Amino acid sequence: MKQEILTITENVPVTSCVYRMRLEGADLEAQNPGGFVNIRVDGLFLRRPISVYDSEPGSLTILYKVVGKGTEQMAAMKPGETLDVLTGLGNGYDLSKSGEAPVLLGGGVGVPPLYLLAKKLIAEGKKPQAVLGFNTAAEVFGEAEFKALGCGVTVTTADGSYGVKGFVTDALPAEYSYFYTCGPEPMLRAVYRATKTSGQLSFEERMGCGFGACMGCSCKTITGYKRICREGPVLEKEEVLWAD
Amino acid sequence: MGRLTVNLCGIELDNPVIPASGTFGFGYEFAQWYDINCLGTFSFKGTTKDPRFGNPTPRIAECPAGMINAVGLQNPGVDKVIAEELPKLKEVFHKKVMANVSGFSVEDYAYTCERLDAEEQVGWLEVNISCPNVHGGGMSFGTDPKAAAEVTAAVKKVTTKPVIMKLSPNVTDITAIAKACEDAGADGVSLINTLQGMRINLRTRKPVIKNVMGGVSGPAVFPVALRMVWQVCRAVKIPVIGMGGVSTAEDVLEMMMAGATAVEVGAANLTDPCACRKIIEDLPAAMDKYGIKSLQELKGEI
Repeated sequence: MKQEILTITENVPVTSCVYRMRLEGADLEAQNPGGFVNIRVDGLFLRRPISVYDSEPGSLTILYKVVGKGTEQMAAMKPGETLDVLTGLGNGYDLSKSGEAPVLLGGGVGVPPLYLLAKKLIAEGKKPQAVLGFNTAAEVFGEAEFKALGCGVTVTTADGSYGVKGFVTDALPAEYSYFYTCGPEPMLRAVYRATKTSGQLSFEERMGCGFGACMGCSCKTITGYKRICREGPVLEKEEVLWAD
Repeated sequence: MGRLTVNLCGIELDNPVIPASGTFGFGYEFAQWYDINCLGTFSFKGTTKDPRFGNPTPRIAECPAGMINAVGLQNPGVDKVIAEELPKLKEVFHKKVMANVSGFSVEDYAYTCERLDAEEQVGWLEVNISCPNVHGGGMSFGTDPKAAAEVTAAVKKVTTKPVIMKLSPNVTDITAIAKACEDAGADGVSLINTLQGMRINLRTRKPVIKNVMGGVSGPAVFPVALRMVWQVCRAVKIPVIGMGGVSTAEDVLEMMMAGATAVEVGAANLTDPCACRKIIEDLPAAMDKYGIKSLQELKGEI
């Protein structure tokens, strides 16, 4: 965990409402797949927690959806401007359990953290297959980037306007060794039910601090109370306890 | 005595800056950001007799210049706090800590305070009779002078360390509650806890916080807090800890000029993990700017 002032070197739309922002800092360390950063936006009190899309020493990239004041302000920022960022937050994906050919299931802005995961898995000689789910063709992003890594990719859209019609669970490969997923909670529940192997799920919750102090994002699990920002956002399938 | 030194109920603090309960856990999350021994002390996470999960999520909302929380006193319970949290805390914090206690009955408060009073690391007991986020406890004791006095007396009876009653701003006259605590034997009072508030998400047409209402904190509440601290300082003779939206060294000086003996910092810790260290570092220059030689000279100036 570090507090750093990072410089924006790129901030461009990849769809009508999703932006890609690259941030650089001399002391910035490589981030873990599934981890997140917490960004201060001028004039707003709470930081904005956003998962890491790509990272190497000295730079990190996020893909964020414009959903409110904070992300609207971020979208208007220009290269050269700086942001106060808490980096290295959260407990990310554990790659050691992947097996040879894990499936990565991403929904909407749940897709970005799977990119860095796919990159790391491929670097370890694994053969991940990605299933990326969206509502409609206009919202699709990431397909070419995952393919460029050498990752198999299937895209699904709920309305059938692009790729396979349906949800990510409708395009599960016949064989996979493990699963990693990130997306809205209804999708996580569907993945939890549809998958036949063990796996890891990344959760989202409103946060106060993002580093374990305020207990704002607690959840109940089979192995006790967990903070989404600290013990999470990634939880193992076996410990997930769904609320109601 | 250094120029930042203050005396809180008989214990000297290197400086008046105290992270407030509920924003600082049991210290070790912050020890990963900076050496927390620079603090005057800190008030640890509100502890109850039994473990509590707290309220359903979402528990957090944002508002202009602040936030709303409805955590609901999540804590592992006094047994685990003593067995697990305090030993862990000892490794990273070598000063006396303030034990923050909450309860759902007079007996609860007395039991938990008695247990923590016996811990060598504990310097003060801060008794929270002002949590707005739990039913049938917390704030219900802090909104009635008689109930506040009852809790104070019961805790005083079973403890040896200074007892500081943490007061709610969600009352008609906070000085009446403060005086009731003083008369019942309190060694100090701290204020303010959060102000009750809510937000609605226009898109979902539902309250942002699952519990609907929560407690507002952050710079938005500072003027209200300062006013109440000033009122209470004129009404009681015991030390007053000022809190509510304090985020800068200047805010600390305002609180002390209003009569506070020490100052707690809450929400600022959540948006900047190093907020308290920065406030402490900034204090000497801020004092120089306003011609303040030592913090003790400020007390009761207004």
